[in-house]
Amino acid sequence: MKTSVIVFPGSNCDRDVAVALKKMQFKNQMVWHKETSLPKTDLIVIPGGFSYGDYLRSGAVAGKSKIIDEVIKAAKNGCLVLGICNGFQILTETGLLKGTLLRNKNLKFINRDVNIKVINNETKFTSKYKLNEILKINIAHNEGNYFTDKDHLRELKNEGLIAFKYCDKKGITNEQSNPNGSLENIAGIFNSKKNILGMMPHPERMIDNHISNTDGVNLFSSLLN
Amino acid sequence: MAITKKIIANHGLNTEEYKNIQKLLKRDPNLLELGIFSAMWNEHCSYKSSKIHLKKLPTKGKHVIQGPGENAGVIDIGDNDAIIFKIESHNHPSFIEPYQGAATGVGGILRDVFTMGARPIALLNSIHFGSPAHPKTKSLLNGVVSGIGGYGNCIGIPTVAGETKFNETYNENILVNAMAVGHAQKDKIFYSRAKGVGKSVVYVGSKTGRDGIHGASMASAEFDDNSEEKKPTVQVGDPFTEKLLLEACLELMKDDSIIAIQDMGAAGLTSSSVEMASKGGLGIELYLEKVPCREENMSPYEMMLSESQERMLIILEDKKEEKAREIFKKWDLDFVVIGKTTNTKYLTLKFNNKVEGEIPIDALASKAPIYERKWIKKNLSKNKIEIKKLKKIKIEDALMKILSSPNHSNKSWITDQYDQMVMCDTVQRSGSDAAIIRIHNKDKAIAVSVDSSANYCKSHPLTGGKQIVCENWRNLVSVGAKPLAITNCLNFGNPENNEIMGEFAECLQGIKEACEFLNYPVVSGNVSFYNGTNKKNIFPTPVIGGVGLIDKISNPINHNLKMSESYILIIGKTFGHLEQSCFLRENFSINDGRPPKINLLNEKNNGEMVFKLIKQNLVLSAHDVSSGGLIVALCEMAMNTNFGIKVEKPKKLGNFEEYLFGEDQGRYLIEIDNKNLAKVETILKNENVYFEKIGKTQKTYFEIEGEMKCSTQDLFKMNNKWYNNY
Repeated sequence: MKTSVIVFPGSNCDRDVAVALKKMQFKNQMVWHKETSLPKTDLIVIPGGFSYGDYLRSGAVAGKSKIIDEVIKAAKNGCLVLGICNGFQILTETGLLKGTLLRNKNLKFINRDVNIKVINNETKFTSKYKLNEILKINIAHNEGNYFTDKDHLRELKNEGLIAFKYCDKKGITNEQSNPNGSLENIAGIFNSKKNILGMMPHPERMIDNHISNTDGVNLFSSLLN
Repeated sequence: MAITKKIIANHGLNTEEYKNIQKLLKRDPNLLELGIFSAMWNEHCSYKSSKIHLKKLPTKGKHVIQGPGENAGVIDIGDNDAIIFKIESHNHPSFIEPYQGAATGVGGILRDVFTMGARPIALLNSIHFGSPAHPKTKSLLNGVVSGIGGYGNCIGIPTVAGETKFNETYNENILVNAMAVGHAQKDKIFYSRAKGVGKSVVYVGSKTGRDGIHGASMASAEFDDNSEEKKPTVQVGDPFTEKLLLEACLELMKDDSIIAIQDMGAAGLTSSSVEMASKGGLGIELYLEKVPCREENMSPYEMMLSESQERMLIILEDKKEEKAREIFKKWDLDFVVIGKTTNTKYLTLKFNNKVEGEIPIDALASKAPIYERKWIKKNLSKNKIEIKKLKKIKIEDALMKILSSPNHSNKSWITDQYDQMVMCDTVQRSGSDAAIIRIHNKDKAIAVSVDSSANYCKSHPLTGGKQIVCENWRNLVSVGAKPLAITNCLNFGNPENNEIMGEFAECLQGIKEACEFLNYPVVSGNVSFYNGTNKKNIFPTPVIGGVGLIDKISNPINHNLKMSESYILIIGKTFGHLEQSCFLRENFSINDGRPPKINLLNEKNNGEMVFKLIKQNLVLSAHDVSSGGLIVALCEMAMNTNFGIKVEKPKKLGNFEEYLFGEDQGRYLIEIDNKNLAKVETILKNENVYFEKIGKTQKTYFEIEGEMKCSTQDLFKMNNKWYNNY
């Protein structure tokens, strides 16, 4: 399976994602933000980081970059797109995913391992997980507080577009288990066709027992299927 | 413009020094030249008060590739891998503007490391604040922590370890020390020594603005009531540009285009150009109208003294310019040839073809003043503290008081604000004795830790100096690493004061003795004097940053208990030294007395023994015993697990408080599986290493026989209270 990782100036999880993709046997290429075309690809990954410094608004400038037009085109043609952390923020800026990521409720950067629960496992991104499976996964962001309007929230719920929710060890989703103030503890969402996933947690950080755990592996192996 | 006495004083130069400048130039300097002398001759850049003492430190060793004198130190960890690291202070700017001061401290130390060809792989910090009750402390803490995080998180280098301490001595002068660690190929290390005449001098990175002018001079003076007015001398950080600069430099370093490279840190363009020329025995000519400027009408004086961040000066090989230019263009960074190397041994500054300044390079470098300042020795305190006469206090209450005190509280409020995982090589995050970072794509790792003990150093600088080296060494050993080398950040008060100079000289002597004995050389470092406000000096606070090697990461060790029914052994003798302990400080507000003695032979033997046992996979968890003594160390092992400990009453019982809270040095706690106990005991006996079996692990409860019993959950809660309520 062919993948493309988009590299913006200020991306800093690009190498981490590339390492994970390689380990999981994907054929990956790095694509520089000034490129005007994409190589033939089955999956586009927009990695975490601080694209263009995120000085304006997270992901805002990247959402208007040259390569992003190609990403939008590909996504509309059904290409799989995974946006992690800053990548999720960029996807909301492009309109490929609805809603927005506000500053964390505590107004601080948060890096720690949190629990999330798989809400929909009938997608190309999550098929290897069990429904309601609880994962321990690392988050690292300033703006991960997902917000959207009522109609879209209803759609997210009714159409199974919520991918992951923050929860506690036992799977309970409430205010205590919500690290950043996200609406309904949402940690990741799909678009309506479910070929695009945006998520704040970092699955690429969870593929190696030496540094963490392997709870992110199934996301990549689902995509390989 | 005539150089008046006032102008000279404003440049931080004294009359003697000014006369010396006239002698070296054989004329009066103009304002630009005076500014350059002031930038190069201040304490921060010239090390004029510290040089003769620094020379005594051991800087060589089997693993050392490059000792002090370059942008950072370099050590060899085998297989063509080199580790490049350094620690640096950014105390003064951080007190005036905590966010930017701390952020640019991180940015500056990162440049020191990647200038040499290393990809930075870890950041550490040592931050000291005043009393939590002081009105400024809370906002300084907030600002510094978010500044450190803001820079490291954005550039994408994990902040993996550090220490945060509170003491009223820092009320008006906080300490912010940042350490960066990078990895390079041993045969691809870049230095700052210029070579060859007529080579292009290239400016890359951000544009030059008016920020930070005379920053290094500010860092070389005491604060007074008007320090707030110095805000404009604090630089503004841009981690995004630094990320671009990092990637562009590393890309350029793939071939052999670079002759010499130096980051523009303190004293910006001045010190970078002078240092490169000085090391190469050359001259350098700059055409200042070519310097990329952020603001209009900047004068040569401002350009030469600006401390704008994220800039580098490179001396390029002939014919490599176009390729290099392409790389920087790709990363949208400025790339301008602003001068050339010459054989004149002069720094020649031209602006639109007019010579604006001309100074012999050696006048700025090798002929800069060196002072052998007077110092006085500090004797051991004679105040004997009668422990038996103190009010009786319950062990449990004393313990809880310590665990919930600002200096011993769990620091996740801080470390949660740092990305510790980016780069995906963090084997062990902060909270343990040392952090562990894997070498990318390899099976080996390094362990890193920063440590300081200002109270011990204040009480007896010689002992304190030894102690911090030993504690740092122990922290690396406790995670199974072989300690290789250190960097140091020497934070002291005003060196013109004989007592302060004495603290410096004796701390350094202590560091020297310990480093020599432990074969633990100093490869880089930084001195920060004049930490104080209105003649109130801070406690002497040398900070040690150590790096150790773990040759296989298959079995990393940390301090968390692993199972119940295992045995806890303490390696090293417990004498019950309570003076200068946090037991007395937190419970009785007693700050008097002597620090615990250091026995370097025991340190070495005990540490090497623990290292050996870990390597043989005989240790489940290990922890060094430091501030708070045995009982606090035991709590730390239990607190984040479901396991507790039952400590037996010691047979040769002196005073129980002394036994539990004494801060005797050279001790480790190790957890041993029952099945390995006999083997471990035999090894320890055969090697003549002193140890005691002090208890066994059990589920849930932390228990001291006949004294206290509580759940480890309660300890955890107590330890996690303070920051969240502050």
